[in-house]
Amino acid sequence: MKAKAAVERIMGSVFFVCGMVTIVAVLGITAYLIISGIPAIREIGLVDFLFGQVWQSTASEPLFGIMPFILTSVYGTLGACLIGVPVGLMTAVFLAKVASPKVAAVVNTAVELLAGIPSVVYGLIGMIVLVPAVMRFFQLKNGTSLFAAIIVLAVMILPSIISVARTALVSVPGEYEEASFALGATKMETIFRVSIPAAKSGIAAGIVLGIGRAIGEAMAVMMVAGNVANMPELFKSVSFLTTAITKEMAYAPTGSLRQQALFSIALVLYVFIMLINTILNAFLKRREKP
Amino acid sequence: MSIIVSAKDLNLYYGAFQALIDVCLDIPEKEITALIGPSGCGKSTFLKTLNRMNDLIPGVKITGELTYHGENIYNGGLDVTVLRKNIGMVFQKPNPFPMSIYDNIAYGPRLHGKLKKAALDDLVERSLKGAVLWDEVKDRLKKSAMGLSGGQQQRLCIARALSVEPDVLLMDEPTSALDPASTAKIEDLMSELKKNYTVVIVTHNMQQAARISDRTAFFLVGVLVEVGQTNDVFSIPRDKRTEDYISGRFG
Amino acid sequence: MRWGVATPSRNKKLSARRRISGGLLKGIVFLCAGVTVALLVGLLGFILYHGLGNINWAFLTTARSALKNTIGIFPNILFTLYIIITALLISLPIGVGASIYLNEYASHKRLARMIEFTAETLTGIPSIIFGLVGYLFFCRMLGLGASILSGALTLVVMVLPIIVRTTQEALKTVPDSYREGAVALGATKWYMIRTIILPSSLDGIVGGCILAIGRIVGESAALIFTAGVGYQLVTNYFQALGTSGGTLSVALYVYVYEQGEFEAGYGIAAILVMIVLLVNFATKLVKKKFKRI
Repeated sequence: MKAKAAVERIMGSVFFVCGMVTIVAVLGITAYLIISGIPAIREIGLVDFLFGQVWQSTASEPLFGIMPFILTSVYGTLGACLIGVPVGLMTAVFLAKVASPKVAAVVNTAVELLAGIPSVVYGLIGMIVLVPAVMRFFQLKNGTSLFAAIIVLAVMILPSIISVARTALVSVPGEYEEASFALGATKMETIFRVSIPAAKSGIAAGIVLGIGRAIGEAMAVMMVAGNVANMPELFKSVSFLTTAITKEMAYAPTGSLRQQALFSIALVLYVFIMLINTILNAFLKRREKP
Repeated sequence: MSIIVSAKDLNLYYGAFQALIDVCLDIPEKEITALIGPSGCGKSTFLKTLNRMNDLIPGVKITGELTYHGENIYNGGLDVTVLRKNIGMVFQKPNPFPMSIYDNIAYGPRLHGKLKKAALDDLVERSLKGAVLWDEVKDRLKKSAMGLSGGQQQRLCIARALSVEPDVLLMDEPTSALDPASTAKIEDLMSELKKNYTVVIVTHNMQQAARISDRTAFFLVGVLVEVGQTNDVFSIPRDKRTEDYISGRFG
Repeated sequence: MRWGVATPSRNKKLSARRRISGGLLKGIVFLCAGVTVALLVGLLGFILYHGLGNINWAFLTTARSALKNTIGIFPNILFTLYIIITALLISLPIGVGASIYLNEYASHKRLARMIEFTAETLTGIPSIIFGLVGYLFFCRMLGLGASILSGALTLVVMVLPIIVRTTQEALKTVPDSYREGAVALGATKWYMIRTIILPSSLDGIVGGCILAIGRIVGESAALIFTAGVGYQLVTNYFQALGTSGGTLSVALYVYVYEQGEFEAGYGIAAILVMIVLLVNFATKLVKKKFKRI
């Protein structure tokens, strides 16, 4: 009997410890990024670091301004949303309201598969198909550009936007739509004037999720953006926050200011992501208690 | 007294199940017609054939003739959006849109044609007055309709239905989700409405049918058993089944 | 007309304006759905068309040989398997344990919410951050270096939320009557969990595993600096844990981006895409199979 009670207590603690792992992981990651990210910011100066427009980590007088990376990430994400959000939302409308169940199942599978394709495969196709196409179409010397990265990101965020927006649209109460039909609205009028406004928090959550995906993507962007620390221009080679980390990581000598600065970039990226997560949670909460 | 909606040998099937069997019923203008009967008798189904809301359910098949102002409802000719503009509907559960009170009322008129701001304001005011809600909400037209009480929401839905200027108003158990005080308000409103509109109401509550309606139709398992002046149906029913039902022997 | 307001005329037809705008919107909706499907078909078609031809027996079963100047991905396949096995061996018990804690134990509502919140937070953190912190913590601080073990440990944290979520969803569907029945019979909580809760949530656990495998196979940013890019053949599992090894996705990146070996890249991409198809199919199968019971 005593042994049984002991086992009970031990298993209880084991499950408790398992539960704590995610908390410890988040705290650990946060602490690590802060501890390793602060020194370089101290040395460079917060203002020079965040707002400096020149990144020359290998020059004899190195400059560590990450404004080019920040702006590229912001513009790249906005650009991806500009393309991905309308296409994603309309596809979600198709899935939730227009398509027959059979067709919806097929398209839904396509969306799931798009979500499952690895970043590097997107990068590969971007490199081989998109970059040369951009070069020829816009008559550039080099196709690796912010524009190419935006296209790749737009495709990559589609599945997140579609699946969240679809869920939101499906859960719009049928009574709203009935009322609209009863007033003589057509199907499309009902969808665009009632269903979409009623699902707006959920749709916003999908967009924010997409923003998070876009700002955090590294490898696919790495392969098409050119990775030069230019201030962002649509048809220039640019470097995102994520690609700056990836690129510097490979070359920066251990313990150098250059390596510490890349940890600071990661900290900045982390702050961005946490902001986005907070906004996302706010939207999701709003949806739960309308 | 002219007939505004008329059903002749109307049959409706949900797949293999027949929900309405050879229903023949005339709805006279500017009267309240009550449809009564036990759950599943087809009274709501019949109501929803009048504005073709059954079209939204897959697998529905309808035969027979149904006319509105002599125009066949189901045989081309009349577009369903036009039909629904003319035959408005109020549902069992109040279902205002999650928007402001003003936008709820303006929704229908905005669909059917562009109106100037002043005309729209005017229309909103008159619709709300028509549903006796104006005085309660005139100071908060821009506030969300979801903040209104259940009874107010239902009157808002009536106002919303009035905003597109229908002839006929279909009401599907409009008070079943409301408290007695709100129910009384809506019943008063209905006798007001029949001055201008033809009202068809489905109700579970026989006292309600007796109180407010001019004519009553009794449905049982898809069949229209009896229809007549409400007084006659309730005091001297011709059919044994009607008598059993209104005396509370089943249902 | 009753109110003397300018109502639209009593047309029997929908006005042309509404008909056209409705048709236009419908067209856009269909077009966008079409674009989404076309993107997928195009991507899959392109990769399989260019990739399948590059897959042959030697490609799959040999290592890269500088001498013969051939590329083989056998080591990368093994490394991928090793990382999957190691990451799942560690994250599965922890993830299932965490969801059992959340669903069966957590009396502290705030603590439970905290766990759920942090799990969600982990899902939102980009791979590159995991890669960086994994590198700092496992490779440098714990001195594991760039190795399969470091990579797997980094991935444990990444896939943990997936396993917690799917398992928890399955646990929630276990009716309370099962629990009450077992407790009424005098079973201890652990016995009840072991004999009733875990078996009936097996679908969630299996589903979580499949999703985690999909995630691991596709991962590159988190692995490139933790597990490294090694391509030497190491067949012994325990020896491999300590060596640097690139998974298929990492190898694809290295071959294509750093070495311009496009044929090998296509070949690997085709394999990855087929794994994605398989994972999707398996997930559907699990859902269907367990729904029938």
